[in-house]
Amino acid sequence: MSKSLFQKVWETHTVRTLANGQTQLLIGTHLIHEVTSPQAFGMLRDLGLTVLMPHRTFATVDHIVPTDQVSEPYADPLADAMIKALRRSCREHGITFFDRATGKQGIVHIVGPEQGITQPGTTIACGDSHTSTHGAFGAIAFGIGTTQIRDVLATQTMALNQLKVRRINVTGRLRPGVYAKDVILHLIRTLGVNGGTGYAYEYGGEVFDRFSMEERMTVCNMSIEGGARAGYVNPDETTFAYLRGRPYAPAGAGWDVAVARWKSFASDPGCAYDDTVTIRGEEIPPTVTWGINPGQGVAITETIPDPAKATAADEKASIEEALAYMKLSPGAPIKGTRIDVAFLGSCTNGRLSDFQEVAKYLKGRHVAPGVKAIAVPGSQGVGVLCASLGIDRVFRDAGFEWREAGCSMCLAMNPDKLVGDQLCASSSNRNFKGRQGSPTGRTFLMSPLMVAAAAVTGRVADAREVFGVSPG
Amino acid sequence: MSLEKITTISGRGVHVPGNDIDTDRIIPARFMKCVTFDGLGEYLFHDVRKNADGSAKQHPLNDPRFQGATILLSGANFGCGSSREHAPQALQKHGFRAVIAESYAEIFFGNCTTLGMPCLGASRADVQKVAAAVAANPAVEITIDLGRSEIRFAGQAIRAVIRDSAREALINGRWDAIGDLLEGVGDVKRVAAGLPYLTV
Ligand code: SF4
Repeated sequence: MSKSLFQKVWETHTVRTLANGQTQLLIGTHLIHEVTSPQAFGMLRDLGLTVLMPHRTFATVDHIVPTDQVSEPYADPLADAMIKALRRSCREHGITFFDRATGKQGIVHIVGPEQGITQPGTTIACGDSHTSTHGAFGAIAFGIGTTQIRDVLATQTMALNQLKVRRINVTGRLRPGVYAKDVILHLIRTLGVNGGTGYAYEYGGEVFDRFSMEERMTVCNMSIEGGARAGYVNPDETTFAYLRGRPYAPAGAGWDVAVARWKSFASDPGCAYDDTVTIRGEEIPPTVTWGINPGQGVAITETIPDPAKATAADEKASIEEALAYMKLSPGAPIKGTRIDVAFLGSCTNGRLSDFQEVAKYLKGRHVAPGVKAIAVPGSQGVGVLCASLGIDRVFRDAGFEWREAGCSMCLAMNPDKLVGDQLCASSSNRNFKGRQGSPTGRTFLMSPLMVAAAAVTGRVADAREVFGVSPG
Repeated sequence: MSLEKITTISGRGVHVPGNDIDTDRIIPARFMKCVTFDGLGEYLFHDVRKNADGSAKQHPLNDPRFQGATILLSGANFGCGSSREHAPQALQKHGFRAVIAESYAEIFFGNCTTLGMPCLGASRADVQKVAAAVAANPAVEITIDLGRSEIRFAGQAIRAVIRDSAREALINGRWDAIGDLLEGVGDVKRVAAGLPYLTV
C-alpha cells in the first residue's frame, strides 16, 4: 500500500498505543534552548528521573542571548542565570551544548540543519513552535511544551495524536522578486491561521522541487502560523546535497546506506492525502502583513482592508481590532506606510541565502534617515560565512547594525526591542500584539528583500521597484 | 503515578472575548525569563490588562465582579502561536481550572491537558449563552461535566466537545502522560534498535 512520508515516519517511530488512544511516539532527535527547558530539568529532578538518551538531545542558546554583547556575565541578570542554568543541566546530564564558545551556537532551528543533525525520516521535537522548520528535510518535527520536554528527556518519547496530511502543491514558477516567504505568507492568508488544525502540511510541486533547502526551511518554519502541527517536504537530491559533509551527517560507507534509507521515506506516488490544495506559483505576489496575526496579509500592490467591506461579522471585528492596534487607515495602500525599524534575521529568514540575496541589491544604497536597521545572522556559522563573503560589510556600509547570532528582535526576551508604537518591517514570523517587545509595538512581516526596500526608503515599498528587479 | 481523576469542575466564569488570542498575549515573552513557572499568574494577559505605568486597563480580569473566576470563556483558535507552556501555566497559576472556547490551537490544547486543565470546545452560540449568564450574574456556578460531555449553568445545559484521548486521560487520572510513557520504556529500546540514526 502506498504511504505518505508522514505515515512512514509515524509507523517506524511508534512505540505503542496508550490507554487513551494516543500514540507513544519515539522522538529520535531532541533540541533544547535556554527558555523552555530549565523548568523541565527541574521537573525531572522532582520526579527523581534522569535523561534516557543524552546523546540524542542537543542544546543551544538563542532566545535570550544578547546580540550586542559577547562576554559573560550578560547585562541582564535573569538572562545570564537562565543561560548558566542550561549550561549546568547539559553538563550534569551529558548533553551536547552548542555554546557560544563552540562557534556553533545560533537559533536552534538553524543550528540543527547546519550541523547535519536534522535528517530525513526522523522525528524531532523542541520546546519551540517553529520546530516545524526541520520538516524541510523530510523529518516530522513537533513544537512542544515544557512538560513534554520532560517526557522526551526522561523517555525519549511523547504522547501524540495522529495527524491528517494535507498536500499543498505550488505549481509553475515564482515571479522575480517573489520569495519563499511570500509563498508561506500567501498560503496562510489563503488557508487561514487555523486552516491547518489537525494536519501536517506536505509541501510539493515544481516550486518546491526547485527550492533550495533554505527556502524550504522558510516555508516549513511558518507551518505553525497556519495552524498546522508540522510541515514537511519530501527528501530529494537537494536534501542529500545539503547534508553531505555536515558534522553529524553519516560519512564514508554509511553515507550511501543512509541516502537509500532516506529516499525510502519519501511519500509514495499516488499515496492518499486527507486533503489537497494547489496554488499556481505565478499567482503569488510579494506579500506583507498589515494586522496582528500572520494571516492578515495583502499583496504589496493592494490596500489595507476596510472592515465595512467585510462579509462576515467575525472578519469585520478582527479587521477593526487589528486596524486600531496597528493605527492604520482602512482602504489606504499598504505601500508607502512609514516604518521606524527594519529587522532582518530570525529562524524564518536568518540564513546565508537571505543575507546574500539582499546584499546583491543593497550595495551602494543606504538606510533612510531615522530608520533603525539591524541584521542578525541566525547562527555563528551564518555569521562566519557572511563575513567570508564580505556580506556583513555590505550591510554595515548601508547603515545596518550587524549583530551576533540569536533570535534578537523576533521576540522580546533580549535587549533588541521595539520602543513605543514603532513600526517594524520584519523578516520574522509573528506580528502578534507586543511580539517585538513593546506592548504597543507594530510588526509588518515580509521577505528579506522587502525589509531591505523598507529600510532604504523608510516606507513599505515594492522591492521590485526599489531595486529594479525585472518583472518576469 | 496517581493523579486526580478530573470528571467535573465547578466554578464561576469570566469571558475574555475575541478570536485568535495568541500565547504572546496570554503571557508576553518578557515574563518568561524565569527558571520556574511559579510567579507567572501575576502576568497573565499583562499587556492587555495594564498600562505602561502599571495602572489597570479595562479588562474582564480586572473587573471586581469576576474576581475568583476559575473558568475562562473565549472565542476561536484560542492559544495560537508560540508553544510556550508558560501560557497554560500562567492561567493555572492565576487560578483557572478549565477553559471553554470555540476552538483551540493544538499545542496549547495539549499543554493544558497535560496540566490537568481541560479545554472544552463549544459552539459560538453556546459560548455566548454561558457568557450571557455570567454577565447577568457573575456568581452563577458553571459545572463542566466531562463524563457527560456537557456544561451546566443557570438551569441550562450545553454540549461540550473534547477530543476523546484528552477526555479519557482527564477522567481516568492519566492526564500527565509521564507514568504511561515510563511504562513503555522497555519497548522504546526495541523501536530505537530499528532506527540507525539513533546509534550515532
Ligand atoms: S527566531 Fe523567533 S520564532 Fe525563531 S526560535 Fe527565535 S524567537 Fe522563536
